[in-house]
Amino acid sequence: MPRETLDLGYQVECLTVLDDSGGVDDDLVPDVDDDRLLAMHRAMLLSRRFDERMLTLQRQGRIGTFAPVKGQEASQIGAMAALTSEDWFVPSFRETAAAVWRGTPLTALLLYNAGYNEGGAIAEGQHDLPIAIPVGTQIPHATGLGYAAKYRDTGEVAIVFFGDGATSEGDFHEGLNFAAVYTTPTLFLCQNNQWAISVPRDKQTRSRTLAQKALAYGMPGIQVDGNDLLAVYRAVSEAAERARNGEGPTLVECVTYRLSVHTTADDPSRYRSQEEVEEWERRDPIARFQRYLGQRGTLDEDAIGRLEEEIGQQIDQAWEETQEQMQKLDDPLPMFEHVYAEAPAYLEEQRQVYERWLKD
Amino acid sequence: MTQRNMIEALNLALHQEMGRDDSVLALGEDVAVDGGIFRVTEGLLEAYGERRVLDTPVAESGIIGLAVGMAAGGLRPVVELQFSGFSYLALHQLESHAARLRWRSRGRHSATLVARMPYGAGVHALEHHSESKEVYYAHTPGLKIVIPSGPRNARALLASAIRDPDPVVFFESKALYRAFREEVPDEEETFPIGESRVVREGDDLTLIGYGAMLPRCLEAAETLAEQDGVQTEVIDLLSLSPLDDSRFTASVQKTGRAVVVHEAHRSFGPAGEITARLAEKSFYYLEAPIQRVTGFDVIVPYFAREQAYLPDAARITAAARTALSEQ
Repeated sequence: MPRETLDLGYQVECLTVLDDSGGVDDDLVPDVDDDRLLAMHRAMLLSRRFDERMLTLQRQGRIGTFAPVKGQEASQIGAMAALTSEDWFVPSFRETAAAVWRGTPLTALLLYNAGYNEGGAIAEGQHDLPIAIPVGTQIPHATGLGYAAKYRDTGEVAIVFFGDGATSEGDFHEGLNFAAVYTTPTLFLCQNNQWAISVPRDKQTRSRTLAQKALAYGMPGIQVDGNDLLAVYRAVSEAAERARNGEGPTLVECVTYRLSVHTTADDPSRYRSQEEVEEWERRDPIARFQRYLGQRGTLDEDAIGRLEEEIGQQIDQAWEETQEQMQKLDDPLPMFEHVYAEAPAYLEEQRQVYERWLKD
Repeated sequence: MTQRNMIEALNLALHQEMGRDDSVLALGEDVAVDGGIFRVTEGLLEAYGERRVLDTPVAESGIIGLAVGMAAGGLRPVVELQFSGFSYLALHQLESHAARLRWRSRGRHSATLVARMPYGAGVHALEHHSESKEVYYAHTPGLKIVIPSGPRNARALLASAIRDPDPVVFFESKALYRAFREEVPDEEETFPIGESRVVREGDDLTLIGYGAMLPRCLEAAETLAEQDGVQTEVIDLLSLSPLDDSRFTASVQKTGRAVVVHEAHRSFGPAGEITARLAEKSFYYLEAPIQRVTGFDVIVPYFAREQAYLPDAARITAAARTALSEQ
């Protein structure tokens, strides 16, 4: 008849494995051994402490503006740990924890944040794209990487990170649509951290979930407790398996919270309450995972203490090395490098003129 | 008269223009509750309410597209694009629609919008926060482009831009935002778009600059006066489009020597256009080749090296001496 309801068969799952007290749903716990669990825990803790150190360094004027990751460690480590080093990592600008898991040297991250292009160098064979700052613009790149992996039959998947704000950008919609149309092995990992600078999630979009936006493009979308490392790991593992089986992309919405500032240039007290922050601090992803590891008998307080000390030393050493590197980088001429594979004559001339200017 | 920095001066213009015309709206990312990330729109939400001061979703193309429609509907939206480095997502809407609405509708509609965007290097910011790509907009017929050099002219030009019948891209130098204060009158003040001004008079050499480079030009002029006994005339362009060539033409016909300064890249930069106009209209008055002091043709380096990228007073002074050395 002229007016009928189409049953599209769409539903959005919401996944939690780990509760706030450290208890788990045994049916949903992913099959991960103790060593891997401890590696994930260490990466989260390292990211947190590194983030805190960078905030101190920024406040001291030693490094520049950066976007702290505090509170989002489980979303990032859980996702990256579910993939292999051959898979492609496409970050936005807040993926310090994911970068740490990928093995990006802390010195490189520090150098980048101290304003040196050298910090952005990507090691040979590393399947990472550089940090992308304009919101959401990196999303279609993961679709392209997925297409390339499929074309070359490498078995790799591409994962791209972005936030709730990015879902308003055209690139988000275009990237998802292309991925579905071409059935690419792409994982869209949205960290819904509730705030796009001062604009709250419910003023960003009227959709009840961000995950459901996937359905319009004909791909699965799942909402995950983003402060639950095991839930993120499980959701991304399942999505990666589908992608590797040729079943195409997935949108994973990690519901999490930006516990710190948008960037160090931001003052959140202008737009959100301390009570809200404290409520999310009680759901801190690291404390939650530590409770689980404690109940499991995998990690005790003494071990955490030793780990904290070791991580502190690792960060101290990285900052010392970075300072040494910075002292060797006061030559401005590298700004002429890497604009093209080979510098055109006019550019080489500009470099030479400037070099003579520096000498005189 | 009150001493104001450029942020406070721009904020004053917004308050006054919204007060005098209820078709003026302010919108953009973090413009309302947060008062803009640089606080240029501070207090507008409280004064004019959420129907006139809008926090938008993160979508630069959508924001300008929305503003084009608002303008066609009789409003005067003042858009803040958070950084000019994020404006390229909106370039399509500016080039394909804002610039052409009057032309395409044979004068029926006009995109009476102002697209404000912080630009330029010098504040230790991240990538995409330091560029000077005014040429993208200046190259587009139908758009006007304004780049103030201090609090007072920023306020007067923004008021004019809001009242202008055509779309205006308004570049605000981050390096100048809090660089200094000067007297900005509480009373309304405008300044014509498309007019340059002579900031310092002199008979020996003409320095042409705008935006964040203007203080550096003035510094070089001072050095040349003190150390070389040279009297430099300094022209502040203020608008790149329409480009007022009357003042620099008159000046160069008087001095015979010109140095053009901008932080935008050198190739196809504004200095190329200015140099061409001098060649067209003042060729026989020139006593020396025109000098350009500009940003290099490289992507603006991360902030540890951004000052090396930028023209400074020393480079401007050296170029002036080269221009002066020809007899």
